[in-house]
Amino acid sequence: MSPSLIVLQVLSGLAHAMVLFLIASGLSLIFGVTRIVNFAHGSFYMLAAYITYTLAAVLPLGPASFYVAVLLAALGTGLVGLVVEVVLLRRVYRAPELYQLLLTFALVLVIADVVALVWGRENKTGPAAPGLERSVRILGQLFPSYDLVLVAVGPAVALALWWVFYRTRWGVLIRAASLDREMVAVLGIDQRRLFTSVFVLGSALAGLGGALQVPRQALTNVMDTTILTEAFVVVVIGGMGSLPGALLAAIVIGVVDALGVLWLPSASLVMTFAVMAIVLIVRPWGLLGRPEAPGRGAGGVVGGARPPAVRNAAVPALLALLLLPPWLPSFWVLVLVEVLVFALFAASLHLLMGTGGMVSFGHAVTFGLGAYGAALLVQAARVPMLLAFLAAPLVAALGATLIGFFCVRLSSIYFAMLTLAFCQIAYAVAHQWYDVTGGDNGLLGIWPPPWLAAPLAYYYFALAACGGGLALVAVIGRAPFGLTLRAIRDHPRRAEASGVNVRLHQWRAFVVAGLFGGLAGATFVFLKGSAFPNYLTISMSVEPLVMVLLGGIGSLAGAPVGAAVYTVLDTVVSSYTEYWQLVLGAILLALVLAFPHGLVGLLAGRRRE
Amino acid sequence: MRSHAFTAALAAGLMLALVAPVTAQGPIKIGEINSFSGIGAPFTGPYKQAVEMAVEEVNARGGVLGRKVEVVFRDDKGQPAEAVKQAQELVTGEKVALISGTFLSNVGLAVSDWAKQNQTLFVAAEPLTEAITWSKGHDHVFRVRPNTYEQGRMLADKAGKLKYTKWATIGPNYEYGKRAWETFRDRLKQLKPEVQVVGEHWPTLGKLEAGPFVTAILNQNPDALYVSLFGSDWLAFVREAQKRGLFQKMFVVGILLGEPEYMDPLKTEAPEGMLVTGYPWYDIDAPAHKEFVARFTKKYDHNPVLGSLVGYVTYLSIFEAIRKAGATDADKLVAAFRGLKVETPVGPISYRASDGQSTMGAWVGTTRLDPKRGVGIMVNYEYVPGERVLPSDEEVKKMRAGQ
Repeated sequence: MSPSLIVLQVLSGLAHAMVLFLIASGLSLIFGVTRIVNFAHGSFYMLAAYITYTLAAVLPLGPASFYVAVLLAALGTGLVGLVVEVVLLRRVYRAPELYQLLLTFALVLVIADVVALVWGRENKTGPAAPGLERSVRILGQLFPSYDLVLVAVGPAVALALWWVFYRTRWGVLIRAASLDREMVAVLGIDQRRLFTSVFVLGSALAGLGGALQVPRQALTNVMDTTILTEAFVVVVIGGMGSLPGALLAAIVIGVVDALGVLWLPSASLVMTFAVMAIVLIVRPWGLLGRPEAPGRGAGGVVGGARPPAVRNAAVPALLALLLLPPWLPSFWVLVLVEVLVFALFAASLHLLMGTGGMVSFGHAVTFGLGAYGAALLVQAARVPMLLAFLAAPLVAALGATLIGFFCVRLSSIYFAMLTLAFCQIAYAVAHQWYDVTGGDNGLLGIWPPPWLAAPLAYYYFALAACGGGLALVAVIGRAPFGLTLRAIRDHPRRAEASGVNVRLHQWRAFVVAGLFGGLAGATFVFLKGSAFPNYLTISMSVEPLVMVLLGGIGSLAGAPVGAAVYTVLDTVVSSYTEYWQLVLGAILLALVLAFPHGLVGLLAGRRRE
Repeated sequence: MRSHAFTAALAAGLMLALVAPVTAQGPIKIGEINSFSGIGAPFTGPYKQAVEMAVEEVNARGGVLGRKVEVVFRDDKGQPAEAVKQAQELVTGEKVALISGTFLSNVGLAVSDWAKQNQTLFVAAEPLTEAITWSKGHDHVFRVRPNTYEQGRMLADKAGKLKYTKWATIGPNYEYGKRAWETFRDRLKQLKPEVQVVGEHWPTLGKLEAGPFVTAILNQNPDALYVSLFGSDWLAFVREAQKRGLFQKMFVVGILLGEPEYMDPLKTEAPEGMLVTGYPWYDIDAPAHKEFVARFTKKYDHNPVLGSLVGYVTYLSIFEAIRKAGATDADKLVAAFRGLKVETPVGPISYRASDGQSTMGAWVGTTRLDPKRGVGIMVNYEYVPGERVLPSDEEVKKMRAGQ
């Protein structure tokens, strides 16, 4: 391998890294100051790319059109950020931190379909950058001039940001706020303005990144989610809130990716996630991040007793679930099975994030392990369905034991991202190991035996399994085990002082959550008759998270309520329109704004008043 | 006489009683599941348009078996589990006679497996994986579009006659990319044993950062490159490859890349001189095809793409099968599809009795820039019918027994 090749690969990697840096720096900035995990960051990136595409074609400025378009797109995205922050986010700052995440998730859905409606679903190629269409010769090989300019733009933006943060009063306030928000507030600084300005700057940086990608990448309706995970990886590797960290991590990811093409050509699917897992295991706060102040548990609000409204509703709900289905059309019986599956899946996540304060972005791994466990036992090992069904949750629990061992050493967003990394690695295995998992074509023909095949029969089977699972999760939550978990969530150091082995206990909770996640996965696989790597994707991890938040993180009852509302809404809306994301997103937005503590949270609150 | 009149009246009454339910039966419903949102969505719009056109046309001529045809569209969002849910709803709720559609291979396989379990007819329109009709094939599934194996083989048969011996490949890291390469490579080596492979590149689907891959390929210095990228990956690859002079340095073969789906978004950036399979709709002389293009263009104000042709042919096939079956129950429809012959805009095709694969072929040719329209087109092309590349019934039997 010639040295010139390596130089060129590194240069290519750097060009990619600089775009990544722009996007990640905005994300990191927003998180650092406002503590918002902004899922819509990728959507701003996509929006800016499409705006650039249109403006560059429309503006009558000749070759300058493109460059003006880039600037206008970045400014425009900043403006969108302003509106989002002032009109939407401000209303939920008082809610638990995670509700801002739910709100930004709803925005992802809405913006995705707005882009599809305005620009269409076809892929597009934007203009090349005028004056930079060609290449220069470097070490005897052609290298695009545009990429060379990008390599310079990144550090220039980094320098400008550095100047702002270290040489202006606003920058000093931002730095202070990212260290200690309360202290800044006490000193009489208007936090609202600070938050707004940071959100605008962060969004504009995402927009700049998106606009600069136009000459290099195709424009697609899914570029938002593609970049979002990558940006999160960069932010987490660098250390949440650290701009030099984001720069360093972007360079690491960009260059590792580019060199990986030469040395590990088949590993592209896991490369970045493997790097992230290793970094987080070695340095739990990222390369240049700081340990977070303790006691920032994400759940923070889960009350003690069940709200009475929930207790009163439980018996009629169970009766309805037992008696009604024979009168429902068989399709709706199957939708109810899905509701049950997701109710249990969300409840298992609630045990982690509600009771335990450990927010996971990779809970799909338990679902997927349960699903693949059951499918492989039936298909490869020829185990009878019932036995496979019972064994599958154990497979998931076993996986959770391994993953939990590494994850519980971390807290807050780093914990979340390490779970995501493991989930992504599991996805890659399911996707690539053709001989065992069937790769992306999946495992087919995993149907229940004839006596369970009828929708109604399978419904009662699922009701027993998932309903039983839910009941167990509830019991565990209120048993000494769950109470200890809550003590750890609310005050890890006091819990430790009273003799609790914090990590061991969290690890156990992780395994228990895995067990029930696996049970949900196993129930799902016999409903659908097949297992696919799709069960291990990020959206499969985000869905139960959304359900828990929608229902209300304050009570376990929120999980089944959120699962039911989300699943039924999704089913109804998407049978009417292919723009289901827009409708669903708008409904979610309305629900978040109306019930900032979740649907069950409202009931509980009312009773207390 | 009176008794005669009575008998006649009785007969007429009986006839009415028999006929009335038939006319009161309402439309024949067909369930169409496809990726109208999600990762397949860039390609399903023009497909849907052609389906709607086919249905309008058949209804204007009085429908099928004297009944109107109605298509119920459902979005699978690119998710197999979602597609299974929609299949369930279409059959039990909407009471459709059969299910058709799907674009992504894994979605197609999931629906196919559901159809097998529930004894419903499934006409897979666009998914390319061979598994649908072969290793995972069954009685209730039929497929319209020529599969990965057929298209790879068509290209290999042409490439085997060329002088290139040092080959490299780049494709998406999943079944389609891998199989597209393997079938091509194996056939090529059969035709030309001196062929050697100097590099294989498998970027993640939908996430291609093209620059490093292009540099790596250039440094492996192959004579020829086989490309199975598509969608946004393909567009990003072309950009970086053009800037780094890749197309000047090696011969490029691209599976599917002559389809307007992948040529049109590139506009004038489309690379010239590639050997591709595709669909030269602008240049096919058959009068039936010219009419198809004219009607489509008039109705929708843009040209058809391959998906449109496949959608149209799929529904012509379904109408023909219903006519042949004379009924809409699954058993009779399945029997009718076996060996079904259909007249399509691109000539007659049939559905093979052994595996349910249609004999619709593909066009193999070379890309060139059309300065008038400002897009890439195919020239010097040949239509290769499916029969020429499909494995024999014996081989199919072996592949199907393997499951």
